Amino acid sequence: MQSGTGSLLIFLILTDLLLLGSSRLRNAIRIAAAQGVALGLLPWLAHGHLTGSALLLGAGSAALKGVVFPALLNRALREIHVRREIEPLIGYIPSLLIGTGVLAAAFAFGARLPLPWESPSPLLVPAGLFTLWTGLFLIMARGKAITQVLGYIVMENGIFALGMAVVEAMPLLVELGVLLDVFVAVFVMGILVFHINREFDHIDADQLDALKEGAP
Amino acid sequence: MAGVYSCPLFVYLAMPLEGIYLFGLLAGALALLAASGVGSLLAGRWSERWAVGIGAGGAGLACGAGLAAAVGALLRRVDLTVARPWRMPYGEFRLGLDPLSAFFLIPLFLLSGLAALYAIGYFRSWKGRNPGRFWLFYNGLVASMALVVAARNGVLFLAAWEIMTMASFFLVIFDEADSRSAHAGWIYLVATHLGTALLIGLFVLLGRAAGSQDFGTYAAPAGMAGGLFLLGLAGFGTKAGLYPLHVWLPEAHPAAPSPVSAVMSGVMIKTGIYGIVRLLAILGTVPGWCAWLVLGIGAASGILGVLFALAQHDLKRLLAYHSVENIGIIALGIGLGMLGMTLGLPGLAALGFAGGLLHVLNHAIFKGLLFLGAGAVTHATGTRNIDLLGGALKRMPWTGATFLIGSVAICGLPPLNGFVSEFLIFVGAIEGIIGGDAAVLGGAVVLVSLALVGGLAAACFTKAFGIVFLGEPRSGMAAMASEVGLSMRLPMLALAGLCGVFGLLMARGVRWMEPVVGLLAGGMSPAEAAPGAVRALVPIALFGLLAALVLAVAALAGIRRRLLAGHAGRETVTWDCGYAAPTASMQYTATGFAQPLTQAARGILRPQIESKLPSGVYPAASAYRSETPDMASQLFFDPLFRRAAWRMGQLRWLQQGRVHWYVFYIVLVLVLLLGWALWA
Repeated sequence: MQSGTGSLLIFLILTDLLLLGSSRLRNAIRIAAAQGVALGLLPWLAHGHLTGSALLLGAGSAALKGVVFPALLNRALREIHVRREIEPLIGYIPSLLIGTGVLAAAFAFGARLPLPWESPSPLLVPAGLFTLWTGLFLIMARGKAITQVLGYIVMENGIFALGMAVVEAMPLLVELGVLLDVFVAVFVMGILVFHINREFDHIDADQLDALKEGAP
Repeated sequence: MAGVYSCPLFVYLAMPLEGIYLFGLLAGALALLAASGVGSLLAGRWSERWAVGIGAGGAGLACGAGLAAAVGALLRRVDLTVARPWRMPYGEFRLGLDPLSAFFLIPLFLLSGLAALYAIGYFRSWKGRNPGRFWLFYNGLVASMALVVAARNGVLFLAAWEIMTMASFFLVIFDEADSRSAHAGWIYLVATHLGTALLIGLFVLLGRAAGSQDFGTYAAPAGMAGGLFLLGLAGFGTKAGLYPLHVWLPEAHPAAPSPVSAVMSGVMIKTGIYGIVRLLAILGTVPGWCAWLVLGIGAASGILGVLFALAQHDLKRLLAYHSVENIGIIALGIGLGMLGMTLGLPGLAALGFAGGLLHVLNHAIFKGLLFLGAGAVTHATGTRNIDLLGGALKRMPWTGATFLIGSVAICGLPPLNGFVSEFLIFVGAIEGIIGGDAAVLGGAVVLVSLALVGGLAAACFTKAFGIVFLGEPRSGMAAMASEVGLSMRLPMLALAGLCGVFGLLMARGVRWMEPVVGLLAGGMSPAEAAPGAVRALVPIALFGLLAALVLAVAALAGIRRRLLAGHAGRETVTWDCGYAAPTASMQYTATGFAQPLTQAARGILRPQIESKLPSGVYPAASAYRSETPDMASQLFFDPLFRRAAWRMGQLRWLQQGRVHWYVFYIVLVLVLLLGWALWA
């Protein structure tokens, strides 16, 4: 199973890089969904046996991230008629360059992060951290609110992967809480997207600063 | 159990109860306050009458029960602690009832209950607004104050402290039509939160040394007692209104509705004093300079408070400055007590603490009375400006008479209650001078400043009572005034009665203070410290009462006979002065009355005067206007906050207004912290 876990984590890292470099929103949604489904396999692969809770966790996570979220996001896309991120705050090539730097940092951090239990794979913590940071980076670097929703989902994928390292210590309840959090995030952002679209005829979050106090 | 025979009936009812039942009574009162506050808010959606009934009824019942519990606990010298677990880090529902807490609970429940009754009448004219909002915050304020006094856990204490702050903040800004209320509310909120920040530091340091937030385990680390006391003095002093941290008082007290002003000034600021005293009890011994600091701050608060009160035109602002003055007197007593402890003079300590703490109770009663009286005048005339009032005694005889009693009490004149506590502090000061050594200086400071404060207070209340209640009305509003309703009159009458009763009772009942004072003064009691003086209190008070009565009756009778000799009686205006056509504007104004004193102290008061004085043989129109802004806020706090605002403005560029940047800041900080944790 070691090799299976390893390949899955490498898949995670590669999809992160793909997300950083993709401009097509529909594509990005599909990549994030694939990530979610792949992560659903992680509890089983990492721990080698299938407990009831791991099964539930994996299946629930895969169903949510692989089916429900993409469906919601695609519907939002259809409703607001956007296909691609036209003006990212940080371009795709610089994004990829920064991504490689962040990947290096993730390995450096992962090597030093003390874990209460032995990690199932040396790649687990760096891959989790990188996915987490990729999600945050997407939130920071992309202008469209819908890409930011995607960023939240990717960030949650990272948290989920990191949680695998300590799944024995982390009760099911906490994981369910994390899923609930991201569900609420999608919900809120969905409303936000809908509202930005309706009120301002665009979904560029970077133009929200018109409301800034004392704007020049 | 001495002195039981002179207790009111409800204390007899509470007497047979064991300590734990008294405690239950207190807990029940707290629960009732919380429930009735929420209930009143909910009921207010349907019926104003029900909201007032539930809110005021709950407050009244709970205050009665709490008062019985507190008095019973003080007389029985109950000292017990009850703890329930609380899911809060370091937190625990640890409540205690000991003589010190019981002593502070007495004025708290007494004044809050009476002010609740007063508030029924006060808000009767406010039609069409949910009165439940007032009762929610009012009952919450009372409950949280009681919780502050009963808490024995640092986290619980701070939580109750914060609820108290927020409840009183919402009460200050309750009159939302008045934009100045909102401004005053913000000043109050900022000031009190700065104080709370210091208190959090204090409790963290105390708890770190002890390893728990239980008051019983607190102990000052070696060499830090002075620093901790300084933190507590600044933190609690902000709430208490010690100079120069008093700046919120003259803003917030006038802005709040009058029953709230009475409770805030009468008991809420005393929680600051309670904090200081409780801290003293926890720390045990503090360095000698702390005592001198408290004495100095007390003298400054007393003298500057009364001086600024003299220069005010707003009746409630004047009373607010008198709160600063009286907190100063309390601090003088406590400082004297601390001086006695550090110099090893338990007699001095007992007298100082007894006088200071007794003044807490007495000030609650007469200042509550005065604020309620000022509220009644404001209610009847629609103005707080003293220079627009006048002649209120004829139109509002009950309010006038009770206000006069409160004025005499606050000046510390026998036989009323203010006299007893100030007398004890005076005796303590003399004891200090006799004691020799360093205590001579302390005693002299207290003696001189207390005498000065007393004299100036008498001048100030001559002005306040004379201008507001005597003479002829200076405006149409004042002329239209009529006496307030029964629910507002009754609390004032009760408090005025208590001024007299406590004046006589407390002279005898100083020994009820023994367990409270003993807690601080190493077991020494005032009666042991100065037996002659304490025994002399009763005759002085009694003699004062008799003398005052006889003199008053004789003088009145004499004047009346002389005036009416050979005349047919005729009622006319108070002030005529031989003019053919006198007008009300010929009377003394408040500004004019206080002018000799404010002129003498103009170096301190720094009044801003705009005047066009009359000149020539046939003077044209002339005008005079003076305003006295607060020295501390003008010279220190305003520049400080302006500078802070400017500095913060320099960081404006950080506020990009973009979600992306804010997420970036958060991520940056988190990653840096993680890196620091991993590599440092």
